[in-house]
Amino acid sequence: MKALSQKRRHPLAALVLLLMGLMLTGGVYAVATTLNQAKADTTTYSANDIKEGNKLFIANCATCHGMGASGSASGPSLVGVGAAAVDFQVGTGRMPMQMQGPQAQRKPVQFDATQTKQLAAYVASLGAGPSVPDASLVDGKGNAANGGELFRVNCAMCHNAAAAGGALTRGKFAPALAGVSGQHIYEAMVTGPQNMPVFNDANITPNGKRDIITFLKTIEADGSPGGNDLGALGPVSEGLFVWIAGLGVIIAFTIWLTSRSS
Amino acid sequence: MSAVTETTYTPETSVGRITNFVDERVGGSGILREFGRKVFPDHWSFMFGEVALYSFVILLLSGTFLTFFFDPSMAETHYNGSFVPLKGVEMSVAYNSSLNISFDIRGGLFMRQVHHWAALLFVASVSVHMLRVFFTGAFRKPREMNWVVGGVLVILSMAAGFTGYSLPDDLLSGNGLRIIDGVIKSIPIIGTYISFFLFGGEFPGTHIIGRLFTLHILLIPAVILLMIAIHLFMVVVHKHTQYPGPGRNDHNVVGYPLGPVYAAKAGGFFFIVFGVVAFMAAAFTINPIWNYGPYDPSPVSAGTQPDWYIGWVDGALRLMPGWLFGFPLEWHIPFPWGVNTLTLNVLLPALVPAGIVFTVLFTYPWLERWITRDNREHHVLDRPRNAPTRTAIGMAGFVFYCVLWAAASSDLIATHFFVSLNDVTYWLRGLFFLGPILAFIATKRIALALQRKDREIALHGRETGRIVRLPHGEFIEVHAQLDDYKRYKLVGFESPEPMPGIPNSKGIVTKSEKRRAALSRFFFEDRVAPATPAELEAGHGHAEHEAIDPANHDAKSISH
Ligand code: HEC
Ligand code: HEC
Ligand code: HEM
Repeated sequence: MKALSQKRRHPLAALVLLLMGLMLTGGVYAVATTLNQAKADTTTYSANDIKEGNKLFIANCATCHGMGASGSASGPSLVGVGAAAVDFQVGTGRMPMQMQGPQAQRKPVQFDATQTKQLAAYVASLGAGPSVPDASLVDGKGNAANGGELFRVNCAMCHNAAAAGGALTRGKFAPALAGVSGQHIYEAMVTGPQNMPVFNDANITPNGKRDIITFLKTIEADGSPGGNDLGALGPVSEGLFVWIAGLGVIIAFTIWLTSRSS
Repeated sequence: MSAVTETTYTPETSVGRITNFVDERVGGSGILREFGRKVFPDHWSFMFGEVALYSFVILLLSGTFLTFFFDPSMAETHYNGSFVPLKGVEMSVAYNSSLNISFDIRGGLFMRQVHHWAALLFVASVSVHMLRVFFTGAFRKPREMNWVVGGVLVILSMAAGFTGYSLPDDLLSGNGLRIIDGVIKSIPIIGTYISFFLFGGEFPGTHIIGRLFTLHILLIPAVILLMIAIHLFMVVVHKHTQYPGPGRNDHNVVGYPLGPVYAAKAGGFFFIVFGVVAFMAAAFTINPIWNYGPYDPSPVSAGTQPDWYIGWVDGALRLMPGWLFGFPLEWHIPFPWGVNTLTLNVLLPALVPAGIVFTVLFTYPWLERWITRDNREHHVLDRPRNAPTRTAIGMAGFVFYCVLWAAASSDLIATHFFVSLNDVTYWLRGLFFLGPILAFIATKRIALALQRKDREIALHGRETGRIVRLPHGEFIEVHAQLDDYKRYKLVGFESPEPMPGIPNSKGIVTKSEKRRAALSRFFFEDRVAPATPAELEAGHGHAEHEAIDPANHDAKSISH
């Protein structure tokens, strides 16, 4: 004990302490993330799905993502991105990507549900990653109020408090979230498409994600209680409206009133 | 109103006797006689002051309703109203009561929206009114003081708006207060103390909403009311200005007497403004506080903007870089008592543009008077084109404002026009410096060109597009001559010439005199002189100018 307390002042003691700290956090992180992924990968796909998926992939995706989805100059490796990433990217029409740009954008979906599933099966077979969420997590029957709080803390800075979307740097943007399916919202959170961060289950629990989906679906269904929401863009659209429509109508009236007399 | 006539007059009906009783003691008929006969010229651009006045009345009415139900306390509570996505959420009593007004009090949401739309309309109409006064030169003698009162009203109306915007204690308004807090804290040395006094401790504290509430419903409206009273009193004393026209000069006012025609119109107009505001409130949502959630210092939503009239200050903050050519704009200065920070990247954009705008605003009437040496009273307005340099200065200021204003919505410009946010910022930074200069040059050229066109039309009439071949083969286009009224508008204005410096009693042209001469040259060296009667005569061979000489043509005017 005495020896230890003397060595405490050794010049290398700080370094040792630092290393121990780093190893501890690293270890905990590794355990936490594998926990996440291990739990995520529960769906099973048939061998046929994987085979068909491989064919589709070679025909549609390999030009960018490389053979075996190992990546190329025009697309990242998909090993370990998981079925959820494919379901999200293909299911929202982002993939196959239309053009290079600040970020891949939504466009009409090119593959039907079976083909998407097959592609997902193929990519999932390459390495463990987040899987397509269970239907019970995306049913929108959670707690909207809790979801609202989670949304404001985690998502509103990019997506706007009313989920109307917002700008990021250099032409990137967080899209408006109205009309996105619960499943895709969930997958966006677990895979973090492009400029969006990943929200793993340690960040926001699966139930928390379910609440967020509930919140988004509630405000979408409720609409705007106060009348037309002018795009839910806040004071900018309100200001434009009062200047153009409000003052415009009033100017028309002033002209009408003063033209009557003369 | 002599005492003799009053005592001898006995009305026949009982209503008449009661009114007479009151009138003899209050003197209402005298006031009515005085004010009712004031003449108010008719032009649509003269009505924005009224729009401002009426929206202020609407604000008072709807605001009173809101105070019945709003509770400015920052105590914590849990929401238990009927808006499901917030049920059970912890929030301040202030936010809770705003939500209750919106969802659980009959007519509450409508009144909130009336109040907020009226507030936006109020500041917008005040601004347009001010622009009208500036561009027509209505601020000249004797109305300089009223222009200053007006300037105070602009600042007050922005303050009224901002304090109101902050009351619901939602995320949006809290973000706005956070920015104000940052600006206050950037004031060297004392900033932190001011912030702590204002918020009653570290931001956000538990006092600010209550304090803003007192300002918003008591102090600011009272001062606005006082200022409006002074403002309107001066309008009555000075009488209203009028646009140039035959028979209108600096000694008369042509228009309708206030009562009954104008008063009836004005009353009707109040209901029109009220109707427009009520329609907007019924059909379009404004400040949907339930979307933003309760204030919490950690989250900031995308698309966080102040109401439009504070936008330009927010825009300045957005445009300011943190580093300039490799030099940081934030400094840590060691003082004997510790390190103080100087955050110029916040302090400069918050104070300098607003400082420039308001300094120019308040001093402009005196500036122009000094340059022009014009000490006469002006009751006839300038058409903007006939004062090219003033109009150009006004447009430069307007563009300056608009660049900052646009910068406050840089993120929405980026997403809606599919451009990069960074590029929007770079362009607006460039425009911040170049925009006013370009606007000045372009406006001045346009004004001069319009004057030239006016002159051309006054001299040679309007082009009809009819080409006629004369017997000897020449082609001419037929010009239609204007009638006298129309022509008067084109020639009846003053066009000052640059004035050289005048030596003082010792025969010396002083430095300030030279500066004045230089500015006078800057103002007036480019000028298009109005067509003179002689030129008109030469132009189309009629001796019509006498009929349109303002001095001997006031048959249609009511003199005061
Ligand atoms: C034109 C080239 C291109 C094509 C074709 C293409 N992709 Fe991509 N893909 C990309 C690029 C580039 C990215 C990375 C986008 C980013 O992160 O900004 C990407 C990203 C992805 C991701 C997300 C990876 C992650 O880390 O979450 C998935 C999943 C994906 N692609 C699947 C597919 C599938 C499946 C197909 C075929 C249907 C396909 N892609 C076709 C270029 C392409
Ligand atoms: C750093 C900013 C950022 C944050 C924080 C963020 N997102 Fe995103 N989000 C983005 C961007 C950027 C995209 C667009 C990605 C793309 O186009 O591939 C996106 C896309 C999405 C999509 C897909 C929308 C569509 O149109 O298909 C959903 C759903 C989504 N986000 C939900 C969330 C949720 C829920 C949260 C909070 C838990 C969140 N995001 C947090 C930036 C963000
Ligand atoms: C609360 C805000 C204001 C109200 C309610 C108000 C009201 C009015 C009204 C009703 C008139 C007479 C009609 C008209 O010309 O429009 C007037 C005239 C005038 N206002 Fe304002 N005003 C306000 C703000 C301002 C501001 C911001 C300025 C300028 C800085 C200003 C400067 C003037 C001047 C100089 C006149 C005389 C105009 C003339 O005779 O041609 N006012 N105001």
